Amino acid sequence: MSRESDSAAAGQPDPAAKDGINRREFLVRAGATGALLAGAAAGGYALWQPKHFVPGFQPEKGLQLPSYALAPDKLLPSLAIAHGTDHDKTIRAVISALGGMGRFVKKGDVVMLKPNVAFDTPPPLAATTHPETLRAVAKLVLEAGAARVYIADNPINSPTGCFWKSGLRQVADDLNLDLMYPESSSFAPLQLNGEVLRNWTFFHEPFKKATKVIGVAPCKDHNLCRASMTMKNWYGLLGGRRSQFHQYIHSIVSDFALMMKPTLVVLDGMNVLMKNGPTGGRLSDVKQMGTVVAGTDMVAVDSYGYTHLMERDLAELTYIHKAHERGLGNKNWQDLIYKEVQA
Amino acid sequence: MKARTARRIAQVFFFTLFLFFVVVTDLRYLKGYPVSLFLELDPLVSFATAITTHTIYMGLLWSVLLILPTLLFGRVFCNWICPYGILHHFVGWLLGKRRAEERERIEANRYRKLYSLKYVILIAMIVAAICGSLQIGWLDPICLFHRSMTVAILPILNLFFPSSIYVRQYFHVGAWVVGFLLLFLVAMNVVIPRFFCRVLCPLGAFLGTLAPVALWRIDRDPHKCVDCDLCLKGCEGASDPHTQLRKSECFVCFNCIEDCPEDALSFKFMPQLQREITAPVVPARRAFLGTLVGLTFYAFGRASGASDRNYDKKVIRPPGSVEEKDFLDRCIKCDQCLRVCPTNVLQPAMMESGLEGIWTPILNMKIGYCELNCTLCGQVCPTGAIQRITIEEKTGTGTFVDEGPIRLGTAFFDRGRCLPWAMETPCVVCEEVCPVSPKAIYSREVTFTKRDGNLITLRQPYVDPALCIGCGICEHECPVTDEAAIRVTAVGETRSRDRRLLMDGGVTSAPRSLEGKQR
Repeated sequence: MSRESDSAAAGQPDPAAKDGINRREFLVRAGATGALLAGAAAGGYALWQPKHFVPGFQPEKGLQLPSYALAPDKLLPSLAIAHGTDHDKTIRAVISALGGMGRFVKKGDVVMLKPNVAFDTPPPLAATTHPETLRAVAKLVLEAGAARVYIADNPINSPTGCFWKSGLRQVADDLNLDLMYPESSSFAPLQLNGEVLRNWTFFHEPFKKATKVIGVAPCKDHNLCRASMTMKNWYGLLGGRRSQFHQYIHSIVSDFALMMKPTLVVLDGMNVLMKNGPTGGRLSDVKQMGTVVAGTDMVAVDSYGYTHLMERDLAELTYIHKAHERGLGNKNWQDLIYKEVQA
Repeated sequence: MKARTARRIAQVFFFTLFLFFVVVTDLRYLKGYPVSLFLELDPLVSFATAITTHTIYMGLLWSVLLILPTLLFGRVFCNWICPYGILHHFVGWLLGKRRAEERERIEANRYRKLYSLKYVILIAMIVAAICGSLQIGWLDPICLFHRSMTVAILPILNLFFPSSIYVRQYFHVGAWVVGFLLLFLVAMNVVIPRFFCRVLCPLGAFLGTLAPVALWRIDRDPHKCVDCDLCLKGCEGASDPHTQLRKSECFVCFNCIEDCPEDALSFKFMPQLQREITAPVVPARRAFLGTLVGLTFYAFGRASGASDRNYDKKVIRPPGSVEEKDFLDRCIKCDQCLRVCPTNVLQPAMMESGLEGIWTPILNMKIGYCELNCTLCGQVCPTGAIQRITIEEKTGTGTFVDEGPIRLGTAFFDRGRCLPWAMETPCVVCEEVCPVSPKAIYSREVTFTKRDGNLITLRQPYVDPALCIGCGICEHECPVTDEAAIRVTAVGETRSRDRRLLMDGGVTSAPRSLEGKQR
């Protein structure tokens, strides 16, 4: 009715007005209405969530990290200690004592170097991996024929400042290494069957292409877990709410030995942060030790570092014993084939 | 080359330069670029800070350079150099001017009485400055544009294109206010072309008061002029070139000269002044109103006591900041310090530091913390609200051992929220990250019987107020993330004698082997 009166009011004769709409138009409209309804129903059903869920308790899935370790070698040493005064010479000595970088890195390998750049402090304060140490390791890796070398860490302080003031950005620029900042898109969840660490957001970007992983860690005091060395170094590969780790710090650090099976670890004991760690802050906190330890067993390397570089009693370093008991490494480094050399 | 082409080249150049400076104000790109150059060239900044501080701070002397072209040609800055003016020019062209009818465009560019408002705003700001409250930053175009880019535009860009601007997404308290204000001012170009420049801009008003003495000006030959008003078609400043030129409104864009079909307009050396309205037209009553607004703004702001005894615990100023009242004398709210801050800790204040302190920088430890070996905020501050201190001055090392470190505030434990204190759970992240040596946060090992009867040994943390510098990394890293179990408040800051906590900086109980010189 209203339609009729509207058209009349507008003064336009409507051919359909007399008998309502014709059959053709009826079919078209009915078809369109039906299609729309069917579409809405199909779309609605496709998006339908028939069950409720409890927020925060969904099953968690994550990626598994492969092992980057070499097959065990019965003849070559798995631990080497070199003493010297020059970073480059001492590192060359320690690596050649292990059989040379060629043992670890083959031509065409993509190598991820993991320094500890946790804090925005200059190299002499020894709270971060020394740039000359990283430079020496990176040069050996390049000489061994690595196709690409990544450097990555997720520092506690601001990433750009840390890489800049620790001098590591300069090393990356000089040697043309790929420096990766911890951008939010670089993280993915990691799945682990650890004592405490089970599903955690992980700095995955550098591992997408890496075929070898080398940890290059400073040797330093730590207020809570007593020392930060090659095992604790992997902390910098995790993201998220890391400050919760401190509630189970020894379990977590031993879980790192489960999480990461590196090709090689290097413990830089040229200058050791003896107190006020892990940040340090004064030159008087640092002691010159002139030693670099390298090996394929992190637990053994850290065990040597704690007793001979930090000069402390291994009995108090709970995470080493945890890792040893879990079969993640050998805390009795003297039982391994090892070599001690002078650079 | 046509004048219009030359102007467009200059506009592209200066706008690009401004954007370049904005982008490279970042630790990664530091190469000694003069990133605050536009602020230092801004004569309103140096004039107003000279009123409040009786000094011209460091690079602000550059602004004298900008006086010269103004005295020669008038407000060339507004249409050739000012990046904010260039933005409005471009947006005005994009949103309307291009498509509009010729008549419509002519009508849109006629002078209106409303355009004298900017002089009233300038008067209010200068009166407030004379009282001791620097408020030009609200509307000074360079401050406003820098602030809008830092607080709103760059974080928004990074939201849509992650990692394009920042390694980690930056957040700014009240970004939406700054963002909407920018949007509003830009959108107003649809209603009135160059709305901001013609109606609000205090820098334009400042230059407009200098422009009347300009030696070169647009001159109309009344014998050639046929009163077609086509010169108004592209007039940016709405300066009435078709009749008596308003020199203080003219942006020297040269559009009128090129749009004149009769060649009646020219840019002449010292033409006859009687064909002009030379000085800005500001009725005395409105000038008086401006004075009143400036006075009351200052008075109402100060009366709340926010810069005095009633100071807010959250007003934690960047390292090297001058004492609060001097800070309000200097800070122009450009938020360059926020832009360069590597941790995102610096935030534009909303009401924390009172009416006068809106958009001035304060530290928000929930978002960031003050990096120990960093003084970038002071390096980019054009006015010295944050002084250009060195790392040694900040940390109290080297030749500054006797002075001791600069403290921003003091950390306090909230034992009811602290895991080892209240919940039988090991933690002490705060001690771990404390960057000073010896650490200002120390812990004692305690062993006690838990509820289930088992023994637990853990470390409970304490603050040594004589060592704490108030950097806030403890608060930032605390696992109790909604309201940290250790929080920094402003008391104890070294910039103000009234706000210190310990006499002589206190005495530390750290072992002698760890002890350092303290203030």
